[in-house]
Amino acid sequence: MLSFFNPVLALLQQESERGQVSQMVKAAAHPDLSKFLVIGALLFIIGVAGVLTRRNIIVIFMSIELILNAANLNFIAFSRYLREVGSVNALAGQIFTVFVIVVAAAEAAIGLGIVIALYRNKETIWVDEIDLLKW
Amino acid sequence: MYKYIWLVPLLPLIGAAINGLLGRKFRFSERLIGGIAVGTVALSFLISVAAVYSYGFGGNAQWPNPYLTSQDGFSFNWIPSGAVAINQGAHIASGEAPRFALLNIEWSYQLDPLSSVFMLIVSGVGLCIFVFATGYMHGETGFYRFFAYMGLFMFAMLVLVMGSNFVMMFVGWEGVGLCSYLLIGYYFDRQEAANASRKAFITNRIGDFGFALAIFGVIATFGSAQYVDVFNQAKTFPIELLGHWGILSWIALGLFVGACGKSAQLPLHVWLPDAMAGPTPVSALIHAATMVTAGLYMVTRTNVIFQHSQTMLLVVALVGAATAIFAATIGITQNDIKKVLAYSTVSQLGFMFMACGVGAFAIGIFHVMTHAFFKALMFLGAGSVIHGMHHEQDMRRMGGLKKYMPYTYWTFLAGWLAICGIIPFSGFWSKDEILWKAASTTQIPLGWLVWLVGTIAATCTAFYMTRLVAMTFWGRERFLEAPAGGEADEAHAAAYDKGLTTHDAMRPSAGDRPRHEPGEHVGPVHEDVAAHVATHGHGGHEHGAHMPHESPPSMWVPLAVLALLATIGGFVGIGPAFRSVTGTEHPGGRLHIVTWLDPIIWNPVTREFNATEGAGHEAPATETAHPAPVEAAATVYGNTGFNLAHSVENTTHSEPATEWIFILISLVVAGIGMLLGGLFYVWRPQLAGIWTQRLRPLYVASYNKYWVDEFYGWAITRRTMDAARAVYSFDAKVVDGIVNGVAWLSRLFSRIVGGIDKYFVDGIVNAIAAFIMRLMSPLFRAAQTGFTQNYALVMVLGLMLAVAIFFASDIATAFR
Repeated sequence: MLSFFNPVLALLQQESERGQVSQMVKAAAHPDLSKFLVIGALLFIIGVAGVLTRRNIIVIFMSIELILNAANLNFIAFSRYLREVGSVNALAGQIFTVFVIVVAAAEAAIGLGIVIALYRNKETIWVDEIDLLKW
Repeated sequence: MYKYIWLVPLLPLIGAAINGLLGRKFRFSERLIGGIAVGTVALSFLISVAAVYSYGFGGNAQWPNPYLTSQDGFSFNWIPSGAVAINQGAHIASGEAPRFALLNIEWSYQLDPLSSVFMLIVSGVGLCIFVFATGYMHGETGFYRFFAYMGLFMFAMLVLVMGSNFVMMFVGWEGVGLCSYLLIGYYFDRQEAANASRKAFITNRIGDFGFALAIFGVIATFGSAQYVDVFNQAKTFPIELLGHWGILSWIALGLFVGACGKSAQLPLHVWLPDAMAGPTPVSALIHAATMVTAGLYMVTRTNVIFQHSQTMLLVVALVGAATAIFAATIGITQNDIKKVLAYSTVSQLGFMFMACGVGAFAIGIFHVMTHAFFKALMFLGAGSVIHGMHHEQDMRRMGGLKKYMPYTYWTFLAGWLAICGIIPFSGFWSKDEILWKAASTTQIPLGWLVWLVGTIAATCTAFYMTRLVAMTFWGRERFLEAPAGGEADEAHAAAYDKGLTTHDAMRPSAGDRPRHEPGEHVGPVHEDVAAHVATHGHGGHEHGAHMPHESPPSMWVPLAVLALLATIGGFVGIGPAFRSVTGTEHPGGRLHIVTWLDPIIWNPVTREFNATEGAGHEAPATETAHPAPVEAAATVYGNTGFNLAHSVENTTHSEPATEWIFILISLVVAGIGMLLGGLFYVWRPQLAGIWTQRLRPLYVASYNKYWVDEFYGWAITRRTMDAARAVYSFDAKVVDGIVNGVAWLSRLFSRIVGGIDKYFVDGIVNAIAAFIMRLMSPLFRAAQTGFTQNYALVMVLGLMLAVAIFFASDIATAFR
């Protein structure tokens, strides 16, 4: 296993001697915050678009999970970033993420329960056929 | 002992309070109510006797100065008024500036010869009447109320006569007026009694108006209301002769107007005969013995003021004489036993004012005293008769009662002889002395006229009193011929049932007959039913009249006491004419009424009170009292014209002979009156009818009381009603018109404003609402698709918008 990585490490060592590798290692050890934020934002937008556009309620749920995970990613990223900066409270983001996951699990359970109840009544999971908000 | 006189008015008040406040709630028995009332009055009578005895005869230094309870600390600064300007009186007349005095009206009692006489009369005669009333009022539903009012009356009357200043007298004056009103209206369910009580109250208010003005005048002139202060200042004022009309004449006029109202003198006499609608003990106590003599008390109390005004003395004498003859002639033709006595009272009060008017104030009070005895006696006797006749008051249905009511009859005879003026009954001494003083007065002119009128009135008095006695106690038993009393009521009730007559309550009947419902059992409450059935049998009410019966002891014992007083009461005032018999001018020392009252009578010659006694203690006084002041008074009061007594004396050349002539005249006229009465109503009864026909106009005038009531009704009551109607129509048309006009304007304005609101403001609001409804609602309705994702889209857009706004500047920088 280690032998597989040795050339890679050697290459990294070589490159690092030229300065680029060290930058890469450095970048790997200390990743840039903005990249995570961009990924988080993309995830969020994908999630929102899914919520807004998909008709299948299960997919909407999955999109919501994406939105939540976008938020989680942001938390983690900021947590890591703050640890780099040296904030004392850097762990709060991670703890928050755990909470979000727990809440998301609960929400998924309840939401799926609601979906099943809906399906029993309306015999559909297509949201455009469920217009109960307009009574 | 006289330190405790403050208890005298207080005790009856306590009794009245107990009876009045608790009597109904705890359903006191008649025995308890009567016991409380009689007990308190008896106690206050005993205290009065003890106080007067210790004051006049206890050998103390107080006599003859008035004793005020404030000397022993019993006084209460009742009206602390502060400074008053004395802007009337001699110093103002002479051009000086007004002086100032500190006016404090205190509540304290005064014991002096005058108030002691009245204390004894009020509490003593009152006691007799209270005892009588416990029998007379037996079975009345308002027993407690009656005695509460009576006790209250005793309190007010005692305050009136015992107060130490004019304001206290006024308080008592109004108090007795109130109690008089309450007691006249005791049978308030009878229209007649209610009317009579109102009439009495309103008539008295007219008099009280004058009295109140006089009190203000006293305060403005003397700066004080205390008798002692006022009279000590007043005696220094100059005497206002006939035609001079100074401040004292004004005060005296006001006082006399008050006295006219309270003592039922012309022209304010109209209330007293109507006041007979009250229960008979009330008539005896209030409307004969005590309250109506309050005017005499006031005039005598202020004799120093009256003696300063010759004009007012003349007015008092003439009003008294006119009232005496006026009421006496009315009394001749009345058929209601109480009405006769009422007019007799008015007439006798006239005699008293006659005495005051001619300057013989002590004699006036003497007549108050004897009159209290014999008139209370006769009223109570009449009450006993009414009781015995089962509430029958019409003398035409009586007759022959001598046999049935011996106690009442014999006591009544004493009163009859007293009022007729037969020697030695009490009325003789006072009435004869009044007539003698009128004939011999040098204080006012026209004394002979007063004497003449008084003598004629005395004849009439003897006549109508004989008529009363004859119709009531002698002659045929007319109640057997026509049903009387309770049976008459039953007959009346039957007539009412058939619709032949109005209900008793609506009928202008006389007297204190209580109202009976048709078919109700009337007549006395039969305590002993078995005895009643034994005498009457079952269905006894159908066989004719109840027989008259003698009254119970609680009623005839007071009669006996008063009869004794009416017989011997005059001996405290034996006139100077009897000096050959008694050996002295005023026999009895201080027991003689003239000597007793001397300290409060002002002597215009010496300009001092207590003139005769102060001059030399008894012995020389008897020498000088009569002739010297008379001659001297002639100089003080100027030439008073023709003097009857002096003319007679000039003919006979002997003063005792002159006095005896006048006594003879007075006895002869009394005898003539009695003989005429006997002739008309005992020996030749048909003569009464014949002479009634012959003197028809006079009879009708007298029977109708000279139409005074009708005249007042036309001249005053109707005019007052007219004025009231005029004011009412002003109120209804003008005042209400203004109010209604304002209301109309308000309505008009509100219509306009309402129109604006409705069409303009509401129009704008409605237009906006319509705009929103018509144009906006499709828009908003369309937004509500019901699709979850639409809402979510809006939320996202909103989120984006919020972010865009929040980071507006950052975005702008980024895009730059």
